[in-house]
Amino acid sequence: MNIVVAIKQVPDLVEELELNDSGTDLDREWLKFKVNEFDEHALEAALLLKDAQGAQVTVVALDNGLDIDKALYAAAAKGADRVVKVTGEFEGYVSSHAAAKALAGVISGMSPDLVLTGVQAVDDLDGQLAVLLAHELGMPHITVVTDIEVNGSTATVQKEYGGGMVGEFEVQLPVTLGIQAAAETPRYVPVAKVRRAMKSTDIEEISGDAAGAGAGFEVTKMFKPETGQGAEMLSGSADDVAARIVEIIKSKGV
Amino acid sequence: MTYVIIEHNNGKIEDISFEMLGKARAMGNGVTAVLLGSGTGDMVAQLGAADKVIVCDDPAFANFNPEAACKTASSILSGNTGDIILVGNTSMGMEIGPGLSASLGIPLVAYVTDIADGTVTSSLYGGKMSVQSAVSGGYIASVMAGAFPGDDGRVDGSPATEAATACVTSDLKVRFKQLIAPEGGDVDITQQDVLVSVGRGIQNEDNLEIVEELAQKLNAAVSCSRPIVDNKWLPKSRQVGKSGLKVKPKVYLAIGISGAPEHIEGMRDADTIIAINTDENAPIFDYADYGTTEDLFDVVPAITEKL
Ligand SMILES: Cc1cc2nc3c(=O)[nH]c(=O)nc-3n(C[C@H](O)[C@H](O)[C@H](O)COP(=O)(O)OP(=O)(O)OC[C@H]3O[C@@H](n4cnc5c(N)ncnc54)[C@H](O)[C@@H]3O)c2cc1C
Repeated sequence: MNIVVAIKQVPDLVEELELNDSGTDLDREWLKFKVNEFDEHALEAALLLKDAQGAQVTVVALDNGLDIDKALYAAAAKGADRVVKVTGEFEGYVSSHAAAKALAGVISGMSPDLVLTGVQAVDDLDGQLAVLLAHELGMPHITVVTDIEVNGSTATVQKEYGGGMVGEFEVQLPVTLGIQAAAETPRYVPVAKVRRAMKSTDIEEISGDAAGAGAGFEVTKMFKPETGQGAEMLSGSADDVAARIVEIIKSKGV
Repeated sequence: MTYVIIEHNNGKIEDISFEMLGKARAMGNGVTAVLLGSGTGDMVAQLGAADKVIVCDDPAFANFNPEAACKTASSILSGNTGDIILVGNTSMGMEIGPGLSASLGIPLVAYVTDIADGTVTSSLYGGKMSVQSAVSGGYIASVMAGAFPGDDGRVDGSPATEAATACVTSDLKVRFKQLIAPEGGDVDITQQDVLVSVGRGIQNEDNLEIVEELAQKLNAAVSCSRPIVDNKWLPKSRQVGKSGLKVKPKVYLAIGISGAPEHIEGMRDADTIIAINTDENAPIFDYADYGTTEDLFDVVPAITEKL
């Protein structure tokens, strides 16, 4: 079985987000990036299938200059068999439509049975990648996936709805899936192992093309939202704050 | 014309559909609802906010099927590439929105919280940034739950219906097998006066002890954000949010929870929200009544001690 996992780097939200001078995008210069957490789940889902029934796992990412090598080495250290960087004009932010086009051009040459990527990312303004990618690849799609079982030429896939309801589907391979959560917490890989992978792994480079594809609209303004009046912030030491919280809870008559 | 893709579940029209219908009405260009279902009569009668309902009534739509829904919606709307199409930013909408964008070849603006005169506002970066986009011509907007009031769209009536002629229900690669209801939990978090809700800020499973001690003192239940469930530290029945449960306690203590839109969806209607989060920019503070940026590992045990 051939599994391709598409991953990307996104800003780490733990950091303070600053705007660029024109106020239309983040100032990316000082941002810290990390792999989209749902892409981490997609990789874990692929590796679990590999552990259970054997598979060749290929991880692909657009080369947008945002520490992507580190992410690919980490994927190799976790057990990916092949890591591929798609080169081209992808510096900085890439829309989902452009990413789908460029990734599909490369992935279609890999004859995958399963293509997995995260259900969403914190910056996919023009829509979530999985379904767009499926269309470019001419494959069926299911997204918000929490479980995958492959049986020959089909897969049984669970998709999550609100309230914890789950729909189960059978789908003919090849299929593209948007992963919400792997069956296990994404495996941890120690830094030493990533360092070893850096020495033993070759990141393949394949050129990609997103010509003609894009979001199709312009961002005119980005700003920190102000919803409602916001919270009354409690001041003082942790002890003072705790005392106030106790007061507030008691005043609600509970 | 504004088109609204109606989402329903088990014969019940979802709130998001009424929220979109209300917004579409307010946009003032006429409203057409698109309804794919089986035995849709009762549902049509609740869509009075629409001028017209295009219906594909077929047993194949008794349960959602991503492929059938995308192909049918695409064939119904193939001539509408100049219109605005609203779809929920939901599990179903995440199939249909991008699916329509790809098949109709029109833009998709996701995570939409407002639409006004060609400017579409979205919530990005886990709710930490708002983005305005200028969109011209037809496009699809995937609308966040709770962005618009549902009451405006909840109008009974008997709008004109038109049977869709091109429903795609055969030769599908995706086959619906079954719906699986979540396992019931030991406590029902939707029925609590007080919820002590914990997020990824708690760092590890052992640390859950401090929130459990607090909950015990308060005679409350512990609920949580999604990562806590994904890590299997607490059962799914404790998850608050989009893919978890919607809760309305008198007091909701959000401890180490950032306030991502998917979490907010489940708890925004709580009477009093108290947030403990070291990041002063965490979106949870936009929804909380009271907040503190003190470390949860200092504040939580201190509250327990004082009770
Ligand atoms: C389709 C879909 C459905 C989803 N459904 C849900 C859902 O139902 N429910 C849900 O919750 N999420 C849901 N999510 C996930 C959601 O997008 C977020 O990933 C999640 O809510 C984040 O959880 P969190 O706030 O606990 O973690 P984080 O976003 O990682 O936040 C942790 C917070 O803890 C704070 N913190 C860290 N250390 C401390 C400390 N010592 N003291 C105080 N504060 C501290 C940090 O500042 C941070 O704000 C869904 C996602 C998708 C794609």
